[in-house]
Order: sequence, then C-alpha cells, then structure tokens
Amino acid sequence: MSAERPTADPRAFKDNSRLVLADPVLRRNFRGAMDFLTDKRAAQFPDADAFAELRDLGKQIRQHALANLPQLLMQLETRLHENGIHLHWAEDAAAANAIFLDLARRHDAPTMVKGKSMVSEEIGLNHEMAAHGIACIETDMGEYILQLDGDRPSHIIMPAIHKTKEDVAKIFATHIPGAGYTEDVEELIAIGRRALRNEFRTAKIGVSGVNFLVAETGSLVLVENEGNGRLSTTVPDVHIAITGIEKVVATLDHIAPLFTLLTRSATGQAVTTYLNVISGPRRADEKDGPREVHLILLDNGRSQAYREEHFRATLQCIRCGACMNHCPVYARIGGLSYGTTYPGPIGAIISPHLMNLDSTRDLPTASSLCGACGEVCPVGIPIPDLLMRLREAGRHSHPAAQQRQALKGQGAARSIVEVVAWKAWRLLYAHSALYALFAWIAPRLRVLAVAARSGWTRTRAPLRPARRSLREQLATRTPLHSRKALRDRHSPD
Amino acid sequence: MNPADNARARSAILARLREAAPADTGTAPGVAAYYGRLATPERSSIATRFAERARSWRAEVVDCTAHNWAEALARIVAAKGIRHLLAGRTTPLAAGIAALAPATSLHWYDETMETFKPVLFDQIDAGISTTRGGIADTGSLIVWPDADEPRTLSLVPPIHIAVLHAHTLHETLYAAMQAQRWAGQLPTNALLVTGPSKTADIQRLLVYGAHGPKQLVILLLHGEAGA
Repeated sequence: MSAERPTADPRAFKDNSRLVLADPVLRRNFRGAMDFLTDKRAAQFPDADAFAELRDLGKQIRQHALANLPQLLMQLETRLHENGIHLHWAEDAAAANAIFLDLARRHDAPTMVKGKSMVSEEIGLNHEMAAHGIACIETDMGEYILQLDGDRPSHIIMPAIHKTKEDVAKIFATHIPGAGYTEDVEELIAIGRRALRNEFRTAKIGVSGVNFLVAETGSLVLVENEGNGRLSTTVPDVHIAITGIEKVVATLDHIAPLFTLLTRSATGQAVTTYLNVISGPRRADEKDGPREVHLILLDNGRSQAYREEHFRATLQCIRCGACMNHCPVYARIGGLSYGTTYPGPIGAIISPHLMNLDSTRDLPTASSLCGACGEVCPVGIPIPDLLMRLREAGRHSHPAAQQRQALKGQGAARSIVEVVAWKAWRLLYAHSALYALFAWIAPRLRVLAVAARSGWTRTRAPLRPARRSLREQLATRTPLHSRKALRDRHSPD
Repeated sequence: MNPADNARARSAILARLREAAPADTGTAPGVAAYYGRLATPERSSIATRFAERARSWRAEVVDCTAHNWAEALARIVAAKGIRHLLAGRTTPLAAGIAALAPATSLHWYDETMETFKPVLFDQIDAGISTTRGGIADTGSLIVWPDADEPRTLSLVPPIHIAVLHAHTLHETLYAAMQAQRWAGQLPTNALLVTGPSKTADIQRLLVYGAHGPKQLVILLLHGEAGA
C-alpha cells in the first residue's frame, strides 16, 4: 500500500479514488476479495426462484417493521424495561458519545472492549473516548489490525480486506510486544487471541453493535463468527450496545429468515458460528453476564430518510455488504475512497441522510447504474432508483414532486454552468429558426472549440463540431439505390 | 446521562417518525407460510443430516447413547489431554461427569465469574454443557445458559463439549423457535453455536479458534426421549 492514504472525507472522493486506482496492490486485494465473496454468495443461492422467495419475505419483514416503526420502538422500550435493560435515545453522534462518556465515568472505566459495530464508527466513538482518556479496544480481528495500524475499515463485513498477510505480519510485529514476525495466518490469529484475552478479562465495559432488535421480546440479536462479540457482551460488568433506530423487527420469528439472508449474502455462509440473543443483564441467581445492559438508539439523520416514502427503503438495510461486493465501482476504488463510514452502493444512499447531500454529493454518482446492487440486495432495496433520486436531489434546490421537504444539503451539486447549458439547449431545441442558425454557425466556428476540458478530456478526445452539420450532410445525401453510382464516381480510374 | 436530555431526544425522534409514518401499516409478513412451503429433505435421518452439517463447520460429532456417553466423554478427555474440566453441578450430566477418571480434575461452576476468573481463564481446558436442541439445516446447537451453566462455560475454555439429544433436533431455526416456544420464555442469553469460533479477517484465509472455543465436540445421544 502506498504511503499516502485516502482521506476520511467524502468531499475527497474523487482524489481518493484516483489514489486507489493508481495502486496496483490495493486494486488486486479488492478485486480478489470481491470475487471471493461474490462466488461464495452465489454458491449459497443456487436457485434464483428460491432466493427471490426468501428475499421477498425479508423485504416484507423489513417494510412491515418500518411501516410500524414508532409503535415497535414503544413496544421495544416497554419490553426492555421489563427485562432490566436501560434504553437511551440519541439524536446525533455527540449525544451518543455523551452517553458513553457518562457511563464510562460512572463506572470508572479506563478501557472499553469493543465488538464490531459500524454505528460506533459512525459516531467516531474511539476518537471521542480517547479525547477523554478512555481507550476503546477493537476486538474483531480485522478491526484490531486496523486500530493497531491507525487505519480505517474498507468494508463493513471484512474491514481489513485491503491488507495482505504480510501487512498484518508487519503490523503485529511492530505493535504487539513479543509478537515477532510471522506470515503464518494461524499463528497471527493466535497472537491476536492472546493479546486480547487479558483485555476481555479486565475491561469493565463491553461495547457492541446490534444486528436486529426484537420488539416482542425486548432482545438484542448479534451475529458473529469470532466469539469477540460474546466475550464483549458477557465478561465485562457493563454492556453498552449501540444501533440505529431502524434495526427493530416486530417478532422473534422474523429473525429466522433475516439471519439466513444476512449470513448468506454477507460472507456466503449458511450460518455464522454464533447467534447471540441478549434479553437482559445477569439475574440475581446467575453467575456471569453483565450486571448492567444499556442500549443506545441513534437517529443521526435516519428520520430524514424515514420522512420520504422513497428514501425510507434505505432503512430496510440489514448491513450485509452484498451490494458493495457486487459493485463494479467499489471493486475498483475500494471502501476507503468513499470517505464515509458506510462505503459502496449502500453508503452512497445512506450517507447523504446521515451527513448531508453537500459533502456526499459525489457518492451517488459513483455508480454505472448497472443494477447489480439492487439485484443482490437481500431485502429488495431499489438502490439504483435511490441513487438516481439522490443525484436529482443534489442538482435541484427544490424538492421533487413527491418529496415532503428538502434534504439536508439539497441542491448542493447544482452548477450554474450546467443550468445555463440546459436552458440554452431547451431554447435551441424549442425554436427551429434558432436551431438552424446554431447549426449553421457551429461548424464554422469549430476551430474555437476548447481543446482541453477538465474531466472530459483527461481520458477522452475533445468534443468538436463536425465540418458540416448533420442537416447539410443529409441535404446532399445520395439515396441508397444509387450507391453503385456513388462508388463509380469515386473510383480512382 | 441527563434524564431530561434523554426524554427530549426520545420525544423528538418519535415525533419525527410518527409524523412521517404511513397510514397503512401493511400486513404481517408470511413467515409461517414460507417455512410451511419449504420441503423437508428426506434422504436421511435428521440426526445424520445434523451431524453432516455440524462436521462441515469442523465440529467433532461423536455418536453415542444415553448409556455410554460418559465412556465416550472419558475417551475424549483422555485423547485431548484435558486436565481441567468445567461443568454445572446440578445438570442431568453431573453424575456421569463425576464418574470420570481421577486424572482429570473436575471443576464445578459454583462461584460468580468475578472470583472464578483466575481458574476460568488460566486453568480450564474444556467446558461441558447441555444443549436445548439442535438445528439440522445448519448443524447448529441451541445453548441456553442459566444459573447452573453460565454463559462463559461454553465461551472462555478452549474446548467446548456439548451434549445433544437426537430427539431434540429440529429442521430449521424457525421450527425450533416455534416448537420450543422461545418468544415467551427467552433466558437472559440464548445462543446458537455452529462449530468452533473462526475468522477469515486476514486475507480471507479461514482460521478456526478466534476468540471463542478452538474446538467443539458434540456428544450426539441417540435413543428414546428421556432415556
């Protein structure tokens, strides 16, 4: 990997992409990982009709949950309370971090062990806690590697796919005392296991994300392979879970189809090692488990997506990452280029709501609209359609006809040059005399056409009007039946 | 956190959602109908299919009966050189476990984890637990920790030995949830466990033994219910 790294800012999207495209090692790593994940998923869904049937069920479940979201959140609140789980509401990242800080101080906890949580990345938890002298230790192997190296996740399921085992060998040898240098992957994992055991054993607070919340039973459902999620939510005295307000489903039996859709779409596994259903802290007679369980429900822009009927579908997402695995743009520029917590097609449609359409204006354009993302989505989110709607919202200051309100940063990608160009186009095409005049002038002024136009001419020949307009050419066109005559006329005799 | 801030955030978020929520709340998803349509594979017995699946996740499945499982356990303990075995004191397994050869020191999970940590983390080689059932479709174990068999019993030791009765197998997770009426009586922690812990986080290379147990041994007890 080159010394220069992509910036964690979606405004740098184009520069980031150029940086990654010029790095053959990174490109090979991404390509290899995407092909691997695509093949594994395909093997899990050999029958297209069976997949469609299961996906329809998953989509129905998520749509049903969103249609009933306020009621389900209230029901969840009641059940969590009965189960002895503390519920906190946070409107934005700052509020969520304040809750973490308050809990850490109350429990006098210098460290927190963390299971994998994208929402904690979204609020910048590690950075915020570090600013107050509290260390958040990543325990997912991939996240741990990145934390040691000061790097960021490039994929929501396989965060360190951009690293090779040689990279990891160097990182461990440099940062873990006594680790030594080895490229043996079994040995590297053993080193990670040993290094983190003591952290699990001593940390007072464990942090986790949540894959699904169940309103009916007041449960937090976590899906994982490594066991770090179980350790983080079991051994420390306090468990703090954080997730988005959209993660709730109505009943426990809804988990069965969503779980299988998630694992098969994400890593191409029929099941993960652990499905961890947490419905309360340690009871008086129990010997382990956290004494306190807290759940933080984060909005952070999700209610903006919820407000608009079309954008609401964004919240159906179960964070499997299949859309990025199948995206031809993501496979080339990788997850770091997006500069956001969630990269790829889902990142392009959720980030404008979580941040704003101003800083994320380029993300919806990072698609060829090939439709692969929409095809593989296990809950039927019409991703290409939403990309188009966000492109439109970026270019128009006024909300679209069916839209209730302007989005944050609506119209940010509006360009005066483009607006004028389209106005001129409309004028010309609506008035035949003007059009004829234009068609007469353009070929005659072709020498004035600008040779270098940034963007377009970086990889393409400059555009230049033809010597004769199409009209003029048609006027002198020889009918088909006299082609032979034409050939004869041009024959060099 | 300030309770007033929390209440304010709560009402603001709920108000935004309520204002935008659709009038039509839709119909309940047809989960039961979907699973009803799934054909049950009939090529072999449910226990055979479970074992095949579980082995594909690198679980060791040992076929035995209600009468000889303790001997099977003794062989596993000897073969793996397990010197410190951890178990719950009042489970139906306790008598069988207690009869193990004295070369293995047996630990009962009697104290709270806080005081037990030095033994649990540094000494125990294997934890043995009961299971509430299994899922043939995926080769998964249903593990419901409780006061007698705490959560860490099947989590911290490098080897997890699980005892599974073949008559408690179900075809799918959905079938198990329905038959065992999960929704009404979930414990503080309910688990599906499928194989030993694993990771593919380094260059997509699959390695077993990440943070949880490195080995999973399933004693699959054949025979009549309650035998």
